[in-house]
Amino acid sequence: MSDDKPAGPAKAVEQPATEQSPENAPEALGEPGVEVRAVGERQGMFGVKGSGDTSGYGGLVAPVVLPGAAQRPYGGWFDTVADKLDPLVEQVVIHRGEITFHVHRDHLVAAMRLIRDDPALRFEFLSGVNGVHYPGDAGRELHAVYHLASFTWNRRIRVETSAPDSDPHIPSMVPIYPAADWHERETWDMFGLQFDGHPALTRILMPDDWPGHPQRKDYPLGGIPVEYKGATVPPPDQRRSYN
Amino acid sequence: MSTDFYADPADTSDGKVFTVSGQDWGDIASGLGEGDAAERVVVNMGPQHPSTHGVLRLILEIEGETVTEARCGIGYLHTGIEKNMEYRTWTQGVTFCTRMDYLSPFYNEMTYVLGVERLLDIEDDIPEKAQVMRVLLMELNRISSHLVCIATGGMEIGALTVMTIGFRERELVLDLFELITGLRMNHAFIRPGGVAQDMPPGALDQIRDFVALMKKRLPEYAALCNANPIFKARLENVGHLDLEGCMALGLTGPVLRSTGYGFDLRKAQPYCGYETYDFDVQTWDTADSYGRFRVRLNEMWESLRIIEQAADRLAKLEGAPVMVADKKVAWPSQLSIGSDGMGNSLDHIRHIMGESMEALIHHFKLVTEGFRVPAGQAYVPVESPRGELGAHVVSDGGTRPFRAHFRDPSFNNLQAMGVMSEGGQIADVIVAIASIDPVMGGVDR
Repeated sequence: MSDDKPAGPAKAVEQPATEQSPENAPEALGEPGVEVRAVGERQGMFGVKGSGDTSGYGGLVAPVVLPGAAQRPYGGWFDTVADKLDPLVEQVVIHRGEITFHVHRDHLVAAMRLIRDDPALRFEFLSGVNGVHYPGDAGRELHAVYHLASFTWNRRIRVETSAPDSDPHIPSMVPIYPAADWHERETWDMFGLQFDGHPALTRILMPDDWPGHPQRKDYPLGGIPVEYKGATVPPPDQRRSYN
Repeated sequence: MSTDFYADPADTSDGKVFTVSGQDWGDIASGLGEGDAAERVVVNMGPQHPSTHGVLRLILEIEGETVTEARCGIGYLHTGIEKNMEYRTWTQGVTFCTRMDYLSPFYNEMTYVLGVERLLDIEDDIPEKAQVMRVLLMELNRISSHLVCIATGGMEIGALTVMTIGFRERELVLDLFELITGLRMNHAFIRPGGVAQDMPPGALDQIRDFVALMKKRLPEYAALCNANPIFKARLENVGHLDLEGCMALGLTGPVLRSTGYGFDLRKAQPYCGYETYDFDVQTWDTADSYGRFRVRLNEMWESLRIIEQAADRLAKLEGAPVMVADKKVAWPSQLSIGSDGMGNSLDHIRHIMGESMEALIHHFKLVTEGFRVPAGQAYVPVESPRGELGAHVVSDGGTRPFRAHFRDPSFNNLQAMGVMSEGGQIADVIVAIASIDPVMGGVDR
């Protein structure tokens, strides 16, 4: 497709990226002992919706798979941290040099206390909480992602927990990390995740009487068509997309 | 209760409501009567108060001039940038996030781009010149941002000269931004894979002139403020927050460093090659607004040091690439200066329109469809002028961000407003907030 060959690096993106990383490869789905969950599916080759796909790949259906669980040894200090957290963690994912601990919400408070207080961990700094809505991740649609840093050890980890859409409750981290206060309010505001035990879980960015939670995937972007020089430009979420 | 044409009484049944429209203090004092209400006065300051740094609303419970409880109301500048980014390509995302914290646009771009580059696994492939230019622009940006902080902070306590000279120098930085990126603000210059274009001719000379000028001008701030008794009286021991408070509330940046703890992401977890630059982390040990002012002032000197080193490196990198070599990621279009200002490079247009059909298809595919980013998530924080700024970038393998969330330092640091100002005077609330240096565009996003 390109007119001249990529001059430089060997790791030029040759294929659709979903097939690139070994841990993303579909064959991992069948591997025993490794839990790989599809969080959605991608149809067609180019992701075009609403118009005919004449490429012949219109019927292609590929699962959207996030990086899968890592196997021991993780290497370096990852093992030190993982050893401490082992009984509380569902899954450890290492991707691009960042470690993510997936913790069930029932164990979250215990895990976070340990993460903050254990002398070998000492993640005393909570960067924030972020919600991610995976409508295709059945039973775990709403994820809350915590980024933690240890200034003592100069380390960073990510803790991820989830709640189903039908029961969007996650324990609040405010008693452990007061910094989580506004971040949890924002996540409630944007995703409808309820942080049990938060001192005042109210909307923070949207008006108090706002209906719905705007960052959820089922919440429309909104927008109106714009007429420009006789042509009409549809709003961004209704334009042709390739996702 | 007065009937005011402009301000209808609020629709509340909870307690007495007074609409204050001026010259009616007597009515209000007599209306309060006896009991709890007489002692409890809740005042809204903002969201359009000139000294609350943009559209920040403060809800203050006061007893005379003393603040007993302070809360923030935010969200007045919420623009849904994060949601909008989910409907644009990865490259277009830069155009959106640069508008968040409008005083430090390069940092917004940088943390997002670092996240995207990590997911693409091209972190090691970014050309050296692009990294040096990023560092140069970020440090120039640190100076312009700190200048606004000091300038507006000075204005709010009545030091108008600090404001006028602060904005005078900031204008010089914005001129450099305009020269290098084409825009004074909202640059969208740092792109996944590198930067949008090369240094323009003559830019290095102007940067060196600027550094030389700043070395003369920065001592003016010190002479004007550092030992100024009025300035010190307003700032010293105001907005106190010690290290424990900072850690609990997640404060970073000058507020954290004013407690004497020298945490700086540029040193602790370097990115863009910061480990190869010679600079010191500036701290102060008073944990108050004055300390934060001094930290910012000293940091501008350190930024000048880094800018000088970056300029020297750029002088040796003339003609080097500023975009990753991988053509499946690198933005195909190039900009150039024409007779009517900056626009698309005519050479590139000629190439795709007249010479190579494949180049046209390549350009079209990359610009309309964009590139795909492997599924996963990344968080690469940078040390913005206000502290740890990080973008949590989530991809589902598509051509658009599945989710991009910005951990803005202003948003987090504003949480400390209550602790910093409760028990103090109303006038000190303004000083405390100015020392946090919140930018509402970043807080509300």
